[in-house]
Amino acid sequence: MAYVPLADQDSEMEMHHPHSWVSKYVWSQDHKVIAIQYGGIAIAVGVVALILSLLMRMQLGFPETFDLIDPSSYYQSVTMHGMIMVVYMLTALLLGGFGNYLIPLMCGARDMVFPFLNMLSVWVYALSVVILMASFFVDGGPTGAGWTLYPPQVSMAGTPGHDMGIILMLVSLAVFIVAFTMGGLNYVTTILQYRCRGLTMMRLPLTVWGIFIATILGLFAFPALLVSAVMMLFDMLLGTSFFMPAVIEAGTPLDYNGGSPILFQHLFWFFGHPEVYIVALPAFGLVSDVLSTHARKNIFGYRMMVWAIIAIGGLSFIVWAHHMYVSGMNPYFGFFFATTTLIIAVPTALKVYNWVLTLWEGDIRLNAPMYFAIGFIFTFIHGGLTGLFLGNVVIDLPLSDTYFVVAHFHMVMGVSPVLVIFAALYHWYPKVTGRMFHEGLAKTHFWCTFLGTYLIYLPMHYLGFLGVPRRYYAMGTTDFIPASAQDLNVVITYAALFVGASQLLFFINIFWSLRNGKKSGPNPWGSASLEWQTPDTPPKHGNWGDELPTVYRWPYDYSVPGAHQDFIPQNVPESDEPTADEQHFDPDHDASKADT
Amino acid sequence: MSEAAISGSGSTLADDWSADKQAYHVPWGKAMMWIFLVSDTFIFTCFLTSYLHVRLSTTEPWPVQSEIFALSFGGDPIPLILIAIMTFILITSSGTMALAVNFGYQRNKIKTFWFMVATAALGASFVGMQAFEWSKLIEEGVRPWTNPFGATQFGSVFFMITGFHGLHVTAGVIYLLTVAFKVKNGHYDKKGYEIVEIAGLYWHFVDLVWVFIFAFFYLL
Repeated sequence: MAYVPLADQDSEMEMHHPHSWVSKYVWSQDHKVIAIQYGGIAIAVGVVALILSLLMRMQLGFPETFDLIDPSSYYQSVTMHGMIMVVYMLTALLLGGFGNYLIPLMCGARDMVFPFLNMLSVWVYALSVVILMASFFVDGGPTGAGWTLYPPQVSMAGTPGHDMGIILMLVSLAVFIVAFTMGGLNYVTTILQYRCRGLTMMRLPLTVWGIFIATILGLFAFPALLVSAVMMLFDMLLGTSFFMPAVIEAGTPLDYNGGSPILFQHLFWFFGHPEVYIVALPAFGLVSDVLSTHARKNIFGYRMMVWAIIAIGGLSFIVWAHHMYVSGMNPYFGFFFATTTLIIAVPTALKVYNWVLTLWEGDIRLNAPMYFAIGFIFTFIHGGLTGLFLGNVVIDLPLSDTYFVVAHFHMVMGVSPVLVIFAALYHWYPKVTGRMFHEGLAKTHFWCTFLGTYLIYLPMHYLGFLGVPRRYYAMGTTDFIPASAQDLNVVITYAALFVGASQLLFFINIFWSLRNGKKSGPNPWGSASLEWQTPDTPPKHGNWGDELPTVYRWPYDYSVPGAHQDFIPQNVPESDEPTADEQHFDPDHDASKADT
Repeated sequence: MSEAAISGSGSTLADDWSADKQAYHVPWGKAMMWIFLVSDTFIFTCFLTSYLHVRLSTTEPWPVQSEIFALSFGGDPIPLILIAIMTFILITSSGTMALAVNFGYQRNKIKTFWFMVATAALGASFVGMQAFEWSKLIEEGVRPWTNPFGATQFGSVFFMITGFHGLHVTAGVIYLLTVAFKVKNGHYDKKGYEIVEIAGLYWHFVDLVWVFIFAFFYLL
């Protein structure tokens, strides 16, 4: 029997129309409201993590000055800062926030395929954040085992938060995974099955491709974290010995034997490494679209960019043990994982070349989002190159657990995605609110953040070469670290406080501009992709008015010779304007069939 | 129009993925169920891999499953007899589920309903036997944290993996019964009966996972 795609059964789409303030802004099933809820919670919890990092910096810069932080609370800050930033802030903001907002608009859909599930997703995510935050207020405080939560240390009496703290952390992670799964199933199904007429996969903006592959990575990687969280919870609550070997604690043998701590590391990093790309791939996608729009040029090598995203996603599942070179695993494993790790640099480098070549001879408009996007290219190359150092076993061994590692991953998956997030927030702010932000304030925010982060992380590389270990409450005195290293620590702390404070510019800007920003009009950047072609700005519930759009071209028709403007929206027919799209898929004639 | 491209028979994977609107000619719910099941596969894979790992890492000998999972009916104990019956029941339930899907597409509400109820009943009896197996081992002193027959990890893994699978079966029974009664009440007359197949996908998955648990945990 003939199956009619649901995208064609427009009248069949059952929209849940809100009737009250509560159903419009709280229990909303509109993907745009859900996106803002996701983004708001993620940014709020990110501010908590930022404050924790500033507390740590104050301790490191001025040891024995503040009573606020002691060795236990230092480790708790390290742990919570890492876990919140990676999982609850970056993952939630990039996939839950940008994914929710942009996927239906860029796919020409009215909403996600299952709006109710989507609503559940955001509120279960909120619950996971509440559980996580609760751990600050229980006996013993949050866990202080480091964000990797390695057993057996995590449950030993010397570790802060070894009882309630870690249990709440594991429960919160499990709840987060449930929330992510509900959202992630929606994102993948929407991208695969709910595109508008003429929109082939190879006409999707790279943002959608990045989020698509990242979500698939999440759906395959989070199970490993869920399983390790369940098993660790059993170890702590039921007394099983999955991860716990026979341990003697303060002279008393504990009631464990025969478990494998290395098993936890394998499970954790089988999640943990794809997690890096769960954060990076959406950022790659978003920055591609921002660069292309503001350079008024099509993205260089679109197909190569798509395949690079897919290749990075696939490879990310076979590199996890490069986090475990010093764990005592078989050295032949190290050889294998070093090889795959270096191979992953190839598609990543391709993407960087393509971003630079997109800028080459472009008609670059130096708007604030473009500042952040170009800044990202710098920080990402920087962090990527140090990744090559750490991917090699022999270089990793001396550098492992030093500030070099801290500098590396903060450059590559801290600062880089955050710069992209700012680029994207500024870029799509006019679509979300209908108003422009303050350009000067945004550029000041950029320079403070960009130069400030270099001031923080460049010296850390040097500290790492000196052998300063990470996660230490205070350096103390050693034979091999010169006393002047502490001077660098002071500089880093000043820079960190400055960068932290300068984020206020961002918050002032977005809240001030909500009321006082200039009206932006529907398409202030002259962007070709579909989300800027909505009949209303900000888009109303249902996004497209009475009729779904039809797409005739790829989203990168900028500066096409012979066109009336320097951009051609995706929904302008080929008969009206020329195209630089090599795909030649006409929904009315279905030329792709004839070609093949 | 592109309907021809989309519903055309004999189209290849490349054609599907280069089409507009959708990559697969299936309803949203079915696509989502497939993706969920692949994700769930990773959960069970992680559980089974972890089990194999702790079985290798533990310092005490692993119990002999054919002795632990043996039942005697008056005579000599028969190894794995209960597990064999449970496996048989679960695989039979896949058969009744397949029939329910078939009758669903024929829009035969009554037969669909009864085959779904039969599937759920077989699933419930599977869970019941699992409860019997659990209580027998608990009586013999096996706990998640201790095991009189050898490695403690045996008890931990047994209760964790069979428990997690049992939860899946229980959820499946509830899901099947919900859909079955909606079928009976004509809830899907307008929407179509793909939902029966979607529920069936989940059920077959749970059965397939059991085959792996059976092979790796009980036989290996």
